[in-house]
Amino acid sequence: MFGKLTLEAIPYHEPIIMVVAAFMAIGGAALLGALTYYRKWGWLWNEWFTSVDHKKLGIMYFVVALVMLLRGFADAIMMRTQLAMAAGGAAGYLPPEHYDQIFTAHGVIMIFFVAMPMVIGLMNLVVPLQIGARDVAFPFLNNLSFWLFAVSAILVNISLVVGEFAKTGWLAYAPLSGIEFSPGVGVDYWIWALQISGIGTTLTGINFFVTILKMRTKGMTMFRMPIFTWTSLCANVLIIASFPILTATIALLTLDRYFGMHFFTNDFGGNMMMYVNLIWAWGHPEVYILILPAFGVFSEVIATFARKRLFGYKTMVWATVAITLLSFIVWLHHFFTMGAGANVNAFFGIMTMIIAIPTGVKVFNWLFTIFRGSLELTSPVLWTLGFIITFTLGGMTGVMLALPAANFVLHNSLFVIAHFHNVIIGGVVFGMMAGLTYWFPKAFGFTLSEKWGKRSFWCWFIGFYVAFMPLYVLSFFGAVRRMQSYANPEWQPWMILAWVGAVIIMMGIACTIIQFWVSIRDRKLNADLTGDPWDGRTLEWSTSSPAPFYNFARLPEVGDIDSFWSQKQRSNEQLDEAPYTDIHMPRNTVAGPVISFFALILGFALVWHIWWLAAVGALGAVASFLARVFNEDIDYYVPAAEVARIERAHEKRKTSAPSSAASDREQTNYVEARA
Amino acid sequence: MGHSSSSTSSHGSVKSYVTGLLLSLVLTVIPFAVVMSGALSTATTVVVIAITAVLQILVQLVMFMHMNTKADEGWNVMSFVFTLTILVLVVGGSLWIMQHLHLNMMIG
Amino acid sequence: MATDTLHHGAASEPHEHHDATGTKVFGFWVYLMSDLVIFGSLFATYAVLMKGTAAGPTAADIFELPFVLVETFLLLFSSFTFGMGVLAMNAERVGQVKAWLAITFLLGAAFVGMEVYEFQHLIHQGYGPDQSAFLSSFFTLVGTHGLHVTVGLVWILVMLVQLSTKGITPMTRPRILCLSLFWHFLDIVWICVFSFVYLMGVL
Repeated sequence: MFGKLTLEAIPYHEPIIMVVAAFMAIGGAALLGALTYYRKWGWLWNEWFTSVDHKKLGIMYFVVALVMLLRGFADAIMMRTQLAMAAGGAAGYLPPEHYDQIFTAHGVIMIFFVAMPMVIGLMNLVVPLQIGARDVAFPFLNNLSFWLFAVSAILVNISLVVGEFAKTGWLAYAPLSGIEFSPGVGVDYWIWALQISGIGTTLTGINFFVTILKMRTKGMTMFRMPIFTWTSLCANVLIIASFPILTATIALLTLDRYFGMHFFTNDFGGNMMMYVNLIWAWGHPEVYILILPAFGVFSEVIATFARKRLFGYKTMVWATVAITLLSFIVWLHHFFTMGAGANVNAFFGIMTMIIAIPTGVKVFNWLFTIFRGSLELTSPVLWTLGFIITFTLGGMTGVMLALPAANFVLHNSLFVIAHFHNVIIGGVVFGMMAGLTYWFPKAFGFTLSEKWGKRSFWCWFIGFYVAFMPLYVLSFFGAVRRMQSYANPEWQPWMILAWVGAVIIMMGIACTIIQFWVSIRDRKLNADLTGDPWDGRTLEWSTSSPAPFYNFARLPEVGDIDSFWSQKQRSNEQLDEAPYTDIHMPRNTVAGPVISFFALILGFALVWHIWWLAAVGALGAVASFLARVFNEDIDYYVPAAEVARIERAHEKRKTSAPSSAASDREQTNYVEARA
Repeated sequence: MGHSSSSTSSHGSVKSYVTGLLLSLVLTVIPFAVVMSGALSTATTVVVIAITAVLQILVQLVMFMHMNTKADEGWNVMSFVFTLTILVLVVGGSLWIMQHLHLNMMIG
Repeated sequence: MATDTLHHGAASEPHEHHDATGTKVFGFWVYLMSDLVIFGSLFATYAVLMKGTAAGPTAADIFELPFVLVETFLLLFSSFTFGMGVLAMNAERVGQVKAWLAITFLLGAAFVGMEVYEFQHLIHQGYGPDQSAFLSSFFTLVGTHGLHVTVGLVWILVMLVQLSTKGITPMTRPRILCLSLFWHFLDIVWICVFSFVYLMGVL
């Protein structure tokens, strides 16, 4: 009746999990209780959950990502604590079978449920505004993509309290992940969480690719697009071309586990190296999917706060395109030691080194943009400068790893761990924090506290180096990854230092939480009344903050790069007196959340082999989709009078503001002084 | 109620579909006949299969799916070429890698 | 807010609709590119694993080419009949569209039926997909294609219903165009299947 699911699936005997579960239950109950008490369910459902508005979806992606960051970081601090303790034969407090789930969950959560949604969330919020469009090409699919992602996050969180998670590392290599060596449900949770969210991601890729190509406003040729839009375009190309490989590979693993097939088994002709090969053919483009939009954020931030057009726009574009193409011919560098031989290793080693070159071009372009500009050291700029230093270092360690001969020594050592955290934290996390700060006022109508933003930055920056430089050192002593304890007690001081670094990062996260608290508290004082708090250059800053749901009352017409900047230089008056027209907008959708809910049922049921429930989930999802397909009431027109009313209100707010963006910031600083 | 706008795929005609069908039939019968009769050497047969497959795919792309460089500002052709490039890199690269792994590591 | 979806005309902006049909069809084309990568991964897997017969049957042992030739003709003709359906749609002849779609459905269903028979026969003989890596990859590659065709069949049924209840509208037209792309795409994948799996398999 319930497949493999029994009450024994709840880990009663694991005190740490039970305590966490209790917190989750209390927190969840408090949240639900508050929503009920303040009668916010209707608002939540109508304004947010069923919304097809890309701005709201972007915010929701980011909110889920920040919540999952807490879970992923908790895994990190647990690992650091264990390693600080478990020296020279000491057992620490985490037994191996628990530790293995933690490092697996840490990787899966950070990549799929923190970094990806942050990137996708920023793309959602910003790209349609930057190209002068009213929404993405397929708004319903956009909502569906978000919910497929959200239910996958829920599935991963369920695995903490019902059953177990995979113990295989974040990529679940075969044959360890096969049914013979992982007979439990952990790998199955991994499989279905990634498959369901993977569909959402692929749909997002298609959606934004079509949006950017087909829905740019008049006059915005490809080479007048903002750089963030260019990097988003390339990231989406990577999603469309690479995620299907992940889908296929996980499906093959699923067939092995559920139907006894022999793709990646040890026997009957299976080839587990094909798993490693395919998963990295996806995995390498994946990291570029994460980093390219971060590069785009830095380009926007530097140009805005240096008050200077980005240096080398065209070379930035071509460097991004080059990285996109090259990212498909380097993947073997993740398994140099698997034994493909000198020729194969040499080819992929050389290609890996070559891919560093366009990135170098970008770094020089950023530096040249700062040169002879008047760079204002706001927190987004600090994140950017921190990135330039940290990512460059991390990239260099990557080039070191690209040498096959060196790789034979460094493979699976802490050097690899240090390298990829170096580039992911220095690149993706810093980029997302910069983007969060930079575009927060556009999303919410008020700026974040600069003071707490800077404090967060310094904690992250210092904390990163204190946490990860010791790992480079340890790797030269021979320390390997994914170890729950180690024999050599001389390593312990370094592990303790790394733990201190993790604690400093934790303080950085705390600063961000405080930053939200303080900023929301002071939101009226820090209101962005003009819509352009930074004296920006691109079209999103020409709307109010937050932007109206239709984005632009009149679709803008563009004549060059940084068109909003040029518009401001030309005239400070609004010349446009043409009458407003009715605006065609998509309706909210119930089908998005409902289909995803059934997908959650399907996923959970498949994990536990509850076949009848899986059928319910599958049929429910299909039926909900068909209901959507037969629904004709999916759009409406906003009357011109309504548009006029909203625009007039925005004009009124603008004129009540001090006359320049700089004095916006003076006001903010004044508020800071007393905070 | 009029026709769909002309920026969608070009319409095609009965003639182009019939031509496409006949060409496809021929390009199907040839490789089947060559293989089933065993008339040519293995190497030549493989070449015949590959060429007729590629040609038939082109016939179907052009005559059935109306792929052309004018619709969508050429983005459909561009994305097809890009996808093919990725396939060549990933599939070709995988075969090259796996062949070497097989030689060196005696698996598969 | 106005809910009047018929309120077109002078009040709406000139280039507002952005050729909605064209955008949908292009978006579907892009999806097909992603589907192509899935099939590419499955082909790569088949190529790598096809020698892994584990003392079981090889390709030459189990493939029956005349059977495959009939399947190929069924699919090819169904591609043609769908094309005729699209031409009928361009000529606004709903009845003819439905007729051609119905014929396409029958041909496609016959194809799937034959494939199911082939799979069942193999399993019956003890040559199921759990018997060797070769069989796993064969069943999965060909089966994934067959699953796609089945989804296409369901889609044809849905379009038949929508054509009957709504006719050819700005809602149904792009869907028929997308379905036609899907159907032809599946025929193209089948060309690769019969060429590289079946024909090359027996050499």
